Amino acid sequence: MGFLDINNATKSYGSVKVLHETDISIEEGEFLVLVGPSGCGKSTLLNMIAGLEDITSGDIAIKGRSMNGVRPADRNIAMVFQSYALYPNMNVGQNMAFGLEMHGVAKSERDKAVSDVADLLQISHLLDRKPGQLSGGQRQRVAMGRALVRNPDVFLFDEPLSNLDAKLRVDMRTEIKKLHQKLGTTIVYVTHDQIEALTLSTRIAVMFGGHVQQLGTPKEIYDNPANIFVAGFMGSPSMNLFPATIGVENDGAVARISLADGTIASLPFAPGNQMAGHDGKKIILGIRPEAITDEDGADRKSHAIHRIEARVEVTEPAGSDTFVVSQFGGKEVTGRFRADVDVYAGDIFPFAINMEKAVAFDPKSEMRIG
Amino acid sequence: MATNASSNVIRTGAGARFVIYAILILFCLYYLLPLYVMVVNSLKPLDEIRSGGMMALPSQWTIAPWQSAWSTAQIGVDATGLRPYFLNSILMVVPAVAISTVLGALNGYVLTKWRFRGDTIVFGLLLFGCFIPFQMVLIPMARMLGLMGIAGTVPGLIFVHLVYGIGFSTLYFRNYYQQFPTELVRAAMIDGAGFFMIFRRIMLPSSGPIAVVCIIWQFTNIWNDFLFGASFSDFDSQPMTVALNNLVQSSTGVKEYNVHFAGAIMAALPTLLVYIVAGRYFVRGLMAGSVKG
Repeated sequence: MGFLDINNATKSYGSVKVLHETDISIEEGEFLVLVGPSGCGKSTLLNMIAGLEDITSGDIAIKGRSMNGVRPADRNIAMVFQSYALYPNMNVGQNMAFGLEMHGVAKSERDKAVSDVADLLQISHLLDRKPGQLSGGQRQRVAMGRALVRNPDVFLFDEPLSNLDAKLRVDMRTEIKKLHQKLGTTIVYVTHDQIEALTLSTRIAVMFGGHVQQLGTPKEIYDNPANIFVAGFMGSPSMNLFPATIGVENDGAVARISLADGTIASLPFAPGNQMAGHDGKKIILGIRPEAITDEDGADRKSHAIHRIEARVEVTEPAGSDTFVVSQFGGKEVTGRFRADVDVYAGDIFPFAINMEKAVAFDPKSEMRIG
Repeated sequence: MATNASSNVIRTGAGARFVIYAILILFCLYYLLPLYVMVVNSLKPLDEIRSGGMMALPSQWTIAPWQSAWSTAQIGVDATGLRPYFLNSILMVVPAVAISTVLGALNGYVLTKWRFRGDTIVFGLLLFGCFIPFQMVLIPMARMLGLMGIAGTVPGLIFVHLVYGIGFSTLYFRNYYQQFPTELVRAAMIDGAGFFMIFRRIMLPSSGPIAVVCIIWQFTNIWNDFLFGASFSDFDSQPMTVALNNLVQSSTGVKEYNVHFAGAIMAALPTLLVYIVAGRYFVRGLMAGSVKG
């Protein structure tokens, strides 16, 4: 049993089931990110943890105590909202103290808690201002301060950075990560931004269509996606997915892919794979852009670099890298080349493919195989 | 040459402006004329009015008509002036406005932030209540007041106006709170505030503009109401409007026009005062209720 347990929880509105049976258990101090496209049920799940939405069936427990029927105020949680939800008629200090006041904490203690947290977040000079007089980043800090001051068991964040501009968003992301490392608090964080999910979390639950598609550490999610949805959703640019057929050559399994000029290329799977048993099976092969490089840029530690000559369709210099687009198996495929490689559209160019990072999916079930 | 041309432009501009102002001032005078007639005639002796000088300034200024209207004029049976009826109106209008505004705010809060099954039907019925003609409810209401034992009393009038006022005040507050972010209510719930605490600490402090609109609207309507006042009050609970009518209609002796004018101004003053004090919030609040602010 963990610190926060979600056991078989579901949510239905009438006959529409927006969250299917969900099991997640996290330990104290973990940073769980719920990530997925809009409408996937992630915010619903967060609101169920908060007590703002009822649970249709199943159970959510914090510290082993079932939260079914417990009011949000009595769950010892704090929440940071997307719009920050600062009370417009109160100044920053009053905003932060409101929760403590409602829980009957004495004035002197409230003031001390507020000033401690304000120091931590460097907003002491804002305590007398009204929310309307603050910038977006400052409001964001105050919203976090209001949550911190309560010293809750679990922090809930509902897309807290999505109202900030791009630069500030990156800064606040680092800030939140620092805060988590410093305070060791337990956090459940909802976002649709997969970069936020990968950078912040200790564990990620990728959600889609009311199901948790995969629950794991950022590395597990990134390197070993459980299905095509997770593979395509996490990572930017997203994972290349293209059809291939499994074959056996020289006692080893290979993936045969057709190239734009009509030839078939064979890519041997990395040693120790279980693919040989699927001889002749059509699959979807997934390879991330950073595993498709120019030859000198290939990962030296890998034991399964293979070369394919293919026509370059487009090059997209991005400063630090150059993205090179070609066609494998009739699908567009993006490779991440070093920035100073001389490659031009129309060239026939050698692509180095790191098959240690390749994953295969069943085209019908879309689930991972081998 | 160039100066000539530009001064020409300015001159035609000024001409157009002159016409606009002339028309505006004309209309202004036209609308203010009745007020002028009321004020001057309430300040002159009856003889001057009867000699035909309605428009002239008083040659002999006097406040005797005001004193008479306020405290000695014959209304109904007694020569009490309008004073007790003015008091009746105040006793009626203050609680009726206060209670209907607070209830409207509560209704609006529930209908937008604590939604329940069938809430739109409840709101629809309340809204429908706004548009039932007054005449239709006279007899049922009289029976109700009789059953409640408050027929012919000030509390009875308060009740009637409350019932009619809640529809409008709910409409105002509901539309206003519709724009109010629900996340604030959720944040307050997580912070530990209950139903009434959220209402008092989060919703009400942000409701200033719409409260002003609601108060002006209710005050004007209830103060100016004649039908309910005439139907549901006794001699000792009549509001100002009914008393003013009795003053003007009383058939004993001569018609004291100057006293009638003074009384009419007295009856109109409170609403005028409310509008002057809170009027600028009125327009602002009306906008806030309808347009996303």
